[in-house]
Amino acid sequence: MKFAIQINEGPYQHQASDSAYFFTKAALEKGHEVFRVFFYHDGVNNASRLTTPPQDDRNIVARWAELAEQHDLDMVVCVAAAQRRGMVDEGEMQRNGKDATNIHPRFRISGLGQLVEAAIQSDRLVVFGD
Amino acid sequence: MSETIKQFLYLNRKAPYGTIYAWESLEVVLIGAAFDQDVSLAFMDDGVYQLTKGQDTTGLGMKNFSPTYAALGDYEVKKIFVEKESLDERGLTLDDLQHLVWEDEDDDWAEKDSIKLVSREEMTAIMDGADVVFSF
Repeated sequence: MKFAIQINEGPYQHQASDSAYFFTKAALEKGHEVFRVFFYHDGVNNASRLTTPPQDDRNIVARWAELAEQHDLDMVVCVAAAQRRGMVDEGEMQRNGKDATNIHPRFRISGLGQLVEAAIQSDRLVVFGD
Repeated sequence: MSETIKQFLYLNRKAPYGTIYAWESLEVVLIGAAFDQDVSLAFMDDGVYQLTKGQDTTGLGMKNFSPTYAALGDYEVKKIFVEKESLDERGLTLDDLQHLVWEDEDDDWAEKDSIKLVSREEMTAIMDGADVVFSF
C-alpha cells in the first residue's frame, strides 16, 4: 500500500511525531511505500537541526533523518507554517532577509500543494496529531 | 493538475482562535481547491464555532479570518456539513452561523445554500464515504 503521512504536532511536546515515526518505519519495513511525510502546524519544528535533546532521550529529528536516508523518504515542511514558526532553509533565508537557517538537510520546505498531491497519489493519508 | 478525483473531507473540530488549526485548515482548503477534487467540509465539536457570524477578534489582537468562509463558494466548495448535535450541545442553531452560499452555473447562477445540517449518525456515513479525511 502507498501511504502519505501528515504530522501536525511538534517534537517532545506531543507524541504525534513519535507515533508517526514508528508507523512510517513499520510500514516501510513491511514493504509498503511512503509517498511523502508532510509536516504541518507545529509539526514543522520536527525539522530543526538545532534540536538538542538530553543524551538519554531519543533524538526525534535525527531519527527521522536516518529513516529518510535509509529509505529515500521525501520529508516536506509546509512553507507557510514554517515561515510563521521560524523554520528556515537557504532559500527562505534569502527571500525573507534572515541571517540564519535551522532546517535539517534531509527535510525540504515546500507548499501545501505537496500535501494535497500526496493525498491524491496515495492509497491512505494517515494524520498524526490531536 | 491531476486526473484522479477523490472525495476529500476536511474535518474541523476545534474552536477558531484558541489554536491555529482552524486557520491552517482553511489554508489547505484554499490551496487544495486548485487540484479539482470533490471537496466537502465538516464542522463538529467546537469546530462549529468557526462558522459563527459576528466574530470580533479586536480584543484578541488576532486576524479575524471568518470572512474567508464566505469565499469558499468561489473556490467550488459547495458541501459544508455541520453536525446538529454539536450545535445543540453548545446552545447554537443554524441562525448563529454565517449564511454560506455557492452559485450554480447550471441554474442561472442561482445562489444555493452550502451548509447542510446533519446528524451525528449521518456524519459518520460522510466520513466513511470519503477517500481522504484531513483532520484538523
